Amino acid sequence: MTGRWRIAWLAVLALVALALAACGRDEEEGSGDPGISDDSIKLGGSYPFSGPASAYRSIAVGARAHFKFVNANGGVDGRKIDFVTLDDAYEPPRAVQNARRLIQQEEVFALFNTLGTPNNMAIWDFVNKQEVPHLFVATGASSWGEDVEGHPWTIGWQPDYVTESQVYADFLEKEKPDAKVAVLYQNDAFGEDLLNGFKDAIEGTDIEIVAEESYEVTDPTVASQMSKLASSDADTFLNITTPKFSAQAIAAAAKLDWKVLHILNNVGASKKLVLEPVGLENAQGIVSTSYFMDPEAAQFADAPAMVEYKDAMERFEPRADEEDPFHVYGWAVASTMVKALEGMEEPTREALMDSVRKLDTEIPILLPGIEVKTDGTEDGYPIEAMQIMRFEKENWELLDEVIQAPH
Amino acid sequence: MSNRRVRTAMVLGLAAAAVAVPFLFGPYRVGQFTLVLVYAVAVLGLNLLVGYSGQISLGHGAFFALGAYTAALLIEKASVPHLLSVPAAGVVCFAAGFLFGVPALRLHGLYLALVTLGLAIALPQLIKRFDGLTEGTQGLTVDQPVAPGWLGLADDQFLYLLSLALAAVMFLLAWNMTRGQLGRAVRAVRDREIAASTLGVNLAATKTRVFAVSAAYAGVAGAMYVFAIGFVAPEAFTLTISFAFLAAIVVGGLATISGALFGALFIEFVPVYASDVDVALTGVIYGGVLIAFMWLLPEGAAGLPRRLRALAARRHRAAEEKTQEGRLTQREGVA
Repeated sequence: MTGRWRIAWLAVLALVALALAACGRDEEEGSGDPGISDDSIKLGGSYPFSGPASAYRSIAVGARAHFKFVNANGGVDGRKIDFVTLDDAYEPPRAVQNARRLIQQEEVFALFNTLGTPNNMAIWDFVNKQEVPHLFVATGASSWGEDVEGHPWTIGWQPDYVTESQVYADFLEKEKPDAKVAVLYQNDAFGEDLLNGFKDAIEGTDIEIVAEESYEVTDPTVASQMSKLASSDADTFLNITTPKFSAQAIAAAAKLDWKVLHILNNVGASKKLVLEPVGLENAQGIVSTSYFMDPEAAQFADAPAMVEYKDAMERFEPRADEEDPFHVYGWAVASTMVKALEGMEEPTREALMDSVRKLDTEIPILLPGIEVKTDGTEDGYPIEAMQIMRFEKENWELLDEVIQAPH
Repeated sequence: MSNRRVRTAMVLGLAAAAVAVPFLFGPYRVGQFTLVLVYAVAVLGLNLLVGYSGQISLGHGAFFALGAYTAALLIEKASVPHLLSVPAAGVVCFAAGFLFGVPALRLHGLYLALVTLGLAIALPQLIKRFDGLTEGTQGLTVDQPVAPGWLGLADDQFLYLLSLALAAVMFLLAWNMTRGQLGRAVRAVRDREIAASTLGVNLAATKTRVFAVSAAYAGVAGAMYVFAIGFVAPEAFTLTISFAFLAAIVVGGLATISGALFGALFIEFVPVYASDVDVALTGVIYGGVLIAFMWLLPEGAAGLPRRLRALAARRHRAAEEKTQEGRLTQREGVA
């Protein structure tokens, strides 16, 4: 009886010992980097397909449409792009899981356009440790370009919030050099990035901030902040808000009959999500910025890049709404990715990073005059220009020329 | 006696399988199993409260978050060694559970559920408010434990085995507790409060203690979570996680220790597979599986052997009755 038990024990111990003896893991050292072969390139992205931020899923759809379009035309140097996307519901821990899965299980060549500031924050140490390219992240935080040395595998894409605030400062210096500014901002990394960027940019000018109010993204309303700002002696309103609050602020300004120069940040400048719900009559004269073509604007309806985009959307993603600007964003960032892949001198991750660090190209669906450019190893900001636009009658009208931010 | 031996053999088999996991799978899978162990500890803690003492907490995600932030801040801001942060997280959550439990446990059933729900709703906001300390919505990156060189293990394997060791300790403690004096008192309180109090069980003290222990389990799991993920942010601790824990104890089986492990497997793997089927339908599939589970296995996975045994016994009894009937008729025939 006890004898049999002893045998069972020994068997278990032997198993454990055996397992431990097999320690470590056979690291497969193949010839090249994973995820790339002579006829394919595997890219991975993590997006909020579900959850509170699921409106951004359109970015993945636009990007996928572009890759399908490129594949239909022969791929990149004969390689077809396989774009694997996973849902993270905008939750950072799921983004971590997804990054692990894409790199260790799916063995992608590079991560592309993973979305969200906290989500990318959560994965960037891991991805850099794995030495996997972490390209063109879909967030405007200025962090992505700040620490190229510590995170050499990561790069942003869109103009960051500091760039955007510099463009506003530049605009004010020309239009209203002694502006007194009242600021409403969201109290998080995004709001602080924009506000601090603006403060730095107006240093040494006659522009001054005379009132500041903040709100939490979880607050129900910004009405009380708005009435405080309206009672200041400001002649300019800088509205640093996400869509729900952008709409509330515009509505409150109209209700308080507060008529000043209204600058609305790019994040809140959606006609469909923000301006139409509060009434276009309340949006007249609002100033904002843009960097890619508005699919609804008549002025770009015949632009070749816009025609190509709309045709491809109809062909490859027929169920998607081609007038959703997030689709255009996805299309544009995927175009940049294709340019970076084309610039590789050999099919390795290192070569891809070299190509990414010396981009110099124009993406036709971006506004004319906006370049996608990185110079050498320290530059982590591919797009650093924006154009001012003003809402007139039914649409955003672009003003003057593209403004380069002096980063 | 033989029953007990079978159980011991099963536990040993499970232990051997658990130790073998990091050597059989790739790093991503091993990472998933590490999270299963993390969730198992939290689910076990919640099961001590819900399953054994019959009180409902909808807010264990809050203690999980508190434990995670305690560990993260100790490691990052105070350079405390990883292993010390685990008991620290447990102690902080025990204290929080105790303080919170004193007033809340005078409330019964649904009221306690609501109060804990409030806690789970409030905590992520609080984390954002104290952004000087917690970095707010930006989240906090934390160094993960690194495998010592002489072990010859990859980091993910080491992390898994470390979590396994911690989980094993927590499971043993729970097993001991449910069989000891506290366990008996707790079950008595659950089944017949008045009877328990006439037998000399101090109701309030017992409930508060269980609540605090349960919170401490969630806290330890939170610290283990920080090791596994290497990052904390308020978005990681929404109501979803509290409800996932609750789903896990029901799926695994109320008032069973092994159920916690199964429940943890469920909440880690089912959503991932559901989103592989169709990203747009993740919620629907996950919910559907949960409902199907309740139809087919209302006692949870841990109830499966019991259910099978009951089924077999019924068959056996039916068969026996038949043969007995047969014998009777035969005898009648003879007569």
